[in-house]
Amino acid sequence: MWERVKTFASEFFVTGDPMIYGADVSIVITMIGIVFGLTYFKKWGWLWREWLTTVDHKKIGIMYILAAFIMLFRGGVDALLMRAQLAAPEMNLLAPDHYNQIFTTHGVIMILFMAMPFMFGLFNVMVPLQIGARDVAYPFLNALSFWLFFSGAMLFNLSFVIGGSPDAGWLAYPPYSGIMHNPGVGQDFYIWGIQISGIGSLMTGINFIVTILKMRAPGMKLMKMPMFPWSVLSSCIAIIFSFPILTATLALLFLDRYAGAHFFTLDGGGNPMMYINLIWMWGHPEVYIIVLPAFGIFSEIVSTFAKKKLFGYKSMVYAMMIISILSFLVWAHHFFTMGSGADVNAFFALTTMLIAIPTGVKVFNWLFTMFRGKITFETPMLWTMGFIPCFIVGGLTGVLLSVAPADFQFHNSYFLVAHFHQVIIGGVVFGYFAGLYYWWPKLFGFKLNERIGKWAFWFWNIGFYLCFMPQYALGLMGMTRRVVTYGWDKGWWEMNLVSTIGAGLMGIAFLFQVWQIVYSVKHLQKDETGDPWNGRTLEWSIPSPAPVYNFATLPHVTSQDEWWEEKQRRLQGHSAPAPAKIEPIHMPKNSGIPIVMSMFWFFTGFGFIFDWLWLAIPGLVGVAACMLVHSFNYDTDYYIPVEEIKRTESAIRGVTS
Amino acid sequence: MKLPKARRWFASLTMLLILLLTATGCTEKMIVLNPKGPIAEQQRDLMLTSLLLTCIVIVPVLILFAIIVWRYRDRKGRTSKYTPNWEHSTKLEVIWWGIPIIIITILAVITVKYTYALEPSKPLASEEKPLTIQVTSLDWKWLFQYPEQGIATINYIQIPEDVPIRFEITADSPMNSFWIPQLGGQMYAMSGMAMTLHLQADEQGDFWGSGANFTGKDFAKMYFDVKSTSKEAFNTWVNDVKASSPALTLDGYKKLVEPAASDVRTFSAFPEGLFEMTVTKYASSHNHGLSWKDIQKIDKQE
Repeated sequence: MWERVKTFASEFFVTGDPMIYGADVSIVITMIGIVFGLTYFKKWGWLWREWLTTVDHKKIGIMYILAAFIMLFRGGVDALLMRAQLAAPEMNLLAPDHYNQIFTTHGVIMILFMAMPFMFGLFNVMVPLQIGARDVAYPFLNALSFWLFFSGAMLFNLSFVIGGSPDAGWLAYPPYSGIMHNPGVGQDFYIWGIQISGIGSLMTGINFIVTILKMRAPGMKLMKMPMFPWSVLSSCIAIIFSFPILTATLALLFLDRYAGAHFFTLDGGGNPMMYINLIWMWGHPEVYIIVLPAFGIFSEIVSTFAKKKLFGYKSMVYAMMIISILSFLVWAHHFFTMGSGADVNAFFALTTMLIAIPTGVKVFNWLFTMFRGKITFETPMLWTMGFIPCFIVGGLTGVLLSVAPADFQFHNSYFLVAHFHQVIIGGVVFGYFAGLYYWWPKLFGFKLNERIGKWAFWFWNIGFYLCFMPQYALGLMGMTRRVVTYGWDKGWWEMNLVSTIGAGLMGIAFLFQVWQIVYSVKHLQKDETGDPWNGRTLEWSIPSPAPVYNFATLPHVTSQDEWWEEKQRRLQGHSAPAPAKIEPIHMPKNSGIPIVMSMFWFFTGFGFIFDWLWLAIPGLVGVAACMLVHSFNYDTDYYIPVEEIKRTESAIRGVTS
Repeated sequence: MKLPKARRWFASLTMLLILLLTATGCTEKMIVLNPKGPIAEQQRDLMLTSLLLTCIVIVPVLILFAIIVWRYRDRKGRTSKYTPNWEHSTKLEVIWWGIPIIIITILAVITVKYTYALEPSKPLASEEKPLTIQVTSLDWKWLFQYPEQGIATINYIQIPEDVPIRFEITADSPMNSFWIPQLGGQMYAMSGMAMTLHLQADEQGDFWGSGANFTGKDFAKMYFDVKSTSKEAFNTWVNDVKASSPALTLDGYKKLVEPAASDVRTFSAFPEGLFEMTVTKYASSHNHGLSWKDIQKIDKQE
């Protein structure tokens, strides 16, 4: 009996690597610490009521961002390990198997479990406030989206200590990801982790489209909406069309692996190329899904810190919508070298180049928003300033890659690696950081320390260029991606060393950011104004942090920069509009079903990964039961009475309204 | 007085960068920009042309960015204009929808032209009869068969200069990509398909190639050497291999397929139809990348 337990454990847990034992220990200690802390301070009830069951979009947004930061740390450690391994030729820091797992988890985590939740976090905290709404259209669904994402992310990360991580690259091309070449459970962790969180992403897409279309404040015509909700809308349209493709593709891959189907296998009539087409039909829109909201954030920030109206509002809107549509017509540029023939390659090269046009227009519009403005350089603007040149250069190399016949030389090389990191870090990461710094005061009621923030910014930027510029050169030197090591004879070591130093600087930059948050909490300087940046849009018209109902009375919107115009009117001596009569506010009730249902999904996924039907089937039954319970629950909303709203308002504003 | 100083700084920085690049031998090491064959050469030219075209837009934009940020920063006693409500100018917007459209149109025309001209399956114009090399990606080594010479090698190619080489590429392993940077762009190696790639070396020399698409554990050991020699030297080499190397048998091939890295090896002969067998063994139910003609040819042989 004891022997059987031992064999089981040695297969079930990942063993043999000191780094993983270290992780095991730290995970266990953290868990014990959290449980002990919550019990000691009697916080279980608080945690359950205020956070785990919340349907408040602001709290869900904060949880998304917190999770994204933790995942940024994990993905960043992966990146640093890779760069350490590549710092010099013939390094033996990581074994090939381990290296393969690390670049796979780095890619998956950074895109799906860092960028996506960071983006959803920003959607959640800001879209309702910017459009003058009290919550999203479907608050329950919103909570469910978050907990599904969380379950998926936990399931995926569990593979680090249980069963083994996936090692087939972030898009898991078959046949290598098939059961024949990849018999372990790592690939199943990949499938189920992404699958479960993917359902959440799809639902968030639907939720925000409805929110933006149906819940804008009175008077806010679509063309008077701030630019960030526009970017969210264009991004969500891409989500609802592309995520079903991902779900279907991974489901087919799962059937191949689990049930011996032959969709993507070599034999039995399967075709791996079909997978590669399908996964990129999702994968390419995905990168635009994450970058479009960043464009929206930059538009808000440029206009605020240049103290000037956004230039070319309509152009911006059309450009984003065009990008959203074009993103579905370019997928085959990821495999020009797969022998599709000149007709196909020419078509996809052209559609790819077309995207450069609306993107270029957006850059011009940002520049001319700053033209004849009064620019100040607080941290959000600083990130925007870092973004513009970085993204321009990344766009240039993107156009180079789109030239199909030349791509035969760039493909799979470090030139490509440098390109996509430049647009994703320079565009997406810088964008979300800018957004986080910009909206932080609205979320928490205090600003982050500017001085440490500037240190973080410069470390990030210098580190970025040191890390990725040499990689363009490495690509031209013939270095291909995903190699675990290389010889002295290739002459790649200088550039690799520089690149590793750059990665280290970005690691330090992250520490600065953590320190910045800790420092700012310790030396708390409350922002009493609710409008610390002299903002332009509705979110700055209410106190920070926003009360649970956001707006005591719904604003009436007459122009694009409603709050800015209102402030101008007041400066000109007009009195503030008489406050409307406060009425009871209709709000959604908290619910424990999202977290419970997501836990059942977690068990379902885990059961299928290990082929334990005794766990998977009860998991699915639990999911169905949760749906039933929720369907027959009619006690889902309540009204906040006028008295309570008045009390809250006078407490936070210091006046009775 | 500010501008000349800035210009001096810029000039010295550029000089430093160029010095660094040349001193470390970086420019020479960038083998993609240092082609040794007609395909790689045209691809290099295409890269530089497209770089130049995109720079026509991008360099002015970067300069404009720097000027705008510098000039319109908020400071005491500044004299530059401030127009907080200026938000639209049809003229300007037409310009910057227009410029990228023009540049992209030019680039598109060039791209389409070269996409057809450099289509890898298109034979190269040459008076020499092309030499065929059949490439099989295995876990984790390359098998090269010379059907006309009847020899085979592992992780090593020798080719005669100025002779077009017709590579037929397949895989008996996960998908890989066959790439010799100095001769030209890569082509995927996929099971159940035979892809064609035409390359040529214009001079003698030692180059190298690699597997460019990830295939698992020892993927980083899939480099191979490419030696371009005179025709005579090539023939001598073929004869040497024939005289001194063992033959590759079907059993020997089965051993080769087993996952492991390998050193350079040569074989004086290989089982007939080995490549065709590798290509078609997965294609039991339909013909994948093979043309109907290929299938019939194989059928006849059988």
